[in-house]
Amino acid sequence: MSAAIGRAPMFSRMSTLFYVRPRLLLGLLLAPPLIWLGVIYLGSLLSLLLQSFFYIDEFSGTIVREFSLETFRQLFTAANADVFLRTATMAAAVTIAAAVIAFPIAYYMVRYAGLRLKALLYLAVMLPLWSSYLVRVYAWKLILAKEGIVTWFAGQLHLGWLLDAILSIPVIGGPSLSTSYIGSFLVFLYIWLPFMILPIVAALERVPRSLIEASADLGAPPRQTFRKVILPLAFPGVVAGSIFTFSLTLGDYIIPGIIGNSRPLIGQAVYQLQGTAGNIPLAAAFTVVPIVIMAIYLLVARRLGAFNAL
Amino acid sequence: MRQKNGIAVSFSAVSRRFGEVRAVDDVSFEVADGEFFSMLGPSGSGKTTCLRLIAGFEQPDAGHVAVHGVNVEGVPPYERDVNTVFQDYALFPHMTVFQNVEYGLMIRKVAPDERRRRSREMLDLVKLGQMGERKPSQLSGGQRQRVALARALINRPGVLLLDEPLGALDLKLREEMQEELKSLQRQVGITFVYVTHDQGEALAMSDRLAVFNQGRIEQIGTPADIYEHPATAFVAGFVGASNVCSGALAGSISGADRAFAIRPEKISMLAAGERVADGWLSIAGTVRAVTYHGATTRYAVSVEAGELTVMRQNGSDGRAATAAGDAVVLAWPRNLCQPLAERK
Repeated sequence: MSAAIGRAPMFSRMSTLFYVRPRLLLGLLLAPPLIWLGVIYLGSLLSLLLQSFFYIDEFSGTIVREFSLETFRQLFTAANADVFLRTATMAAAVTIAAAVIAFPIAYYMVRYAGLRLKALLYLAVMLPLWSSYLVRVYAWKLILAKEGIVTWFAGQLHLGWLLDAILSIPVIGGPSLSTSYIGSFLVFLYIWLPFMILPIVAALERVPRSLIEASADLGAPPRQTFRKVILPLAFPGVVAGSIFTFSLTLGDYIIPGIIGNSRPLIGQAVYQLQGTAGNIPLAAAFTVVPIVIMAIYLLVARRLGAFNAL
Repeated sequence: MRQKNGIAVSFSAVSRRFGEVRAVDDVSFEVADGEFFSMLGPSGSGKTTCLRLIAGFEQPDAGHVAVHGVNVEGVPPYERDVNTVFQDYALFPHMTVFQNVEYGLMIRKVAPDERRRRSREMLDLVKLGQMGERKPSQLSGGQRQRVALARALINRPGVLLLDEPLGALDLKLREEMQEELKSLQRQVGITFVYVTHDQGEALAMSDRLAVFNQGRIEQIGTPADIYEHPATAFVAGFVGASNVCSGALAGSISGADRAFAIRPEKISMLAAGERVADGWLSIAGTVRAVTYHGATTRYAVSVEAGELTVMRQNGSDGRAATAAGDAVVLAWPRNLCQPLAERK
């Protein structure tokens, strides 16, 4: 018996070892991602947080490596507060619009589309993710530009006045779609939409048809069935999707750099501060803002019962 | 039980196709008010589709479905005076037991006080008074089944539809629930239309039952009717065990090749050479296999043109046990043969 084990090839002995001690295998499998997450991600996040407590000496322009709340005082000046208010508003608008557009698409995919059509729709949702994000954003810049197809199309339909009226709305308007908040909103919405559709599809897939039938059977017309049964059960999917759209919009600095007006969002502010301005502590403090906003967002979502049906 | 004066559900020449499959094929029947009516058949026989036609989840391709005398084609489920107990119970997982039961009343905008009172009564009726605050996931299968029942009954529907409601329960619980369902039905006086593939269940609970096969009804009648006088070979074989004799086998027993059925428990097994009473049919054979089933024993007996099954109550007579290989004579009164019709 022992001789047989002794002669067994190494793989066989390892299999036996892992079979007898399943936790050892689990540990080995989880070690690389855990080290990655622990050291590279959490480590740098922590050092980032630390940096935000340093400050720039105004005379020499060098970083003073001492604990201070000076940088956070700077963060809450009116100009900077504007930046994150603007970004949070943009992220919220993009998230709400994405949820409103994504839900019917997801619902159609799950309840009505046949197998083949469903596969096709999956492909259609994912396809944009296969091409470069930059290419797509620049394509949108051309579409939305003053000389672009949207302006041309509006002109052909004699709706130029409508486009002008929309662009003349204060704050969100601008000289053209590609240099207004409306433009950056549209592009954000387009780029992040798949990240909203897919989690909602996943959530709706888990709602059995019999629940919808039961609701109708008990006297609920479709509108009420939607409100009382489908939406509450799919809500975790909406929340999951909104975490993507919201946090991706909060952190993005390329889209608003290419399409939108010159007032920066958080991502751009961080980019400028750590690059040209060389103010690493303030850049670090800025990046803490999305983290805090997301934490608050998740707490509110939990309070609303978004995770109850999980 | 309520006076059987009206017709609760009627099907006239109803058909429903799914692509090439005729799920329900020219089916007609009527269910009387207050009746416990079962639709019995193997899976895919069309019984569940019939139930869904009554509930409004399916629409007939041809024919008419009426509930309490009113044609219901085009009437959506939420406007029909019927409620359903689903096979998988379909309890709302994000609501408590109480909220589930209350759902129908909430949708109908019944005042909160009355809503709570009636929900509590209904939970008491199904003996779940203490479970109101739990989520469905915290209940056992039998308890979920009761919640589904309470939820469906709270709207006081004219007809309650039950789609294999006991299918997921274990045997003991199923037998208990059969009795409870039956007494509940008497208590509330509502028409029950009950779908099952379990012939024992259908026989035990129904006032009348319809036996389905391949989208058609083979026979409708009381449980005793169906069991004692099966009209077709399918019914004889599906409801209880039966020896279906046709062709050469029928010829060698009765002298005519008209098909008939004989229940295994109605056959007497005599020792070879024993005298057969007048007016009885008989055939000689050899016991091939003996299977012990506790209360009964089954004998597979090879005869000239086939095999017959005989069932004997254990300990009911003092005869010596018969073993495999014994030569026997099978005999039964001629009038117990049930002549079978060909399928229409």
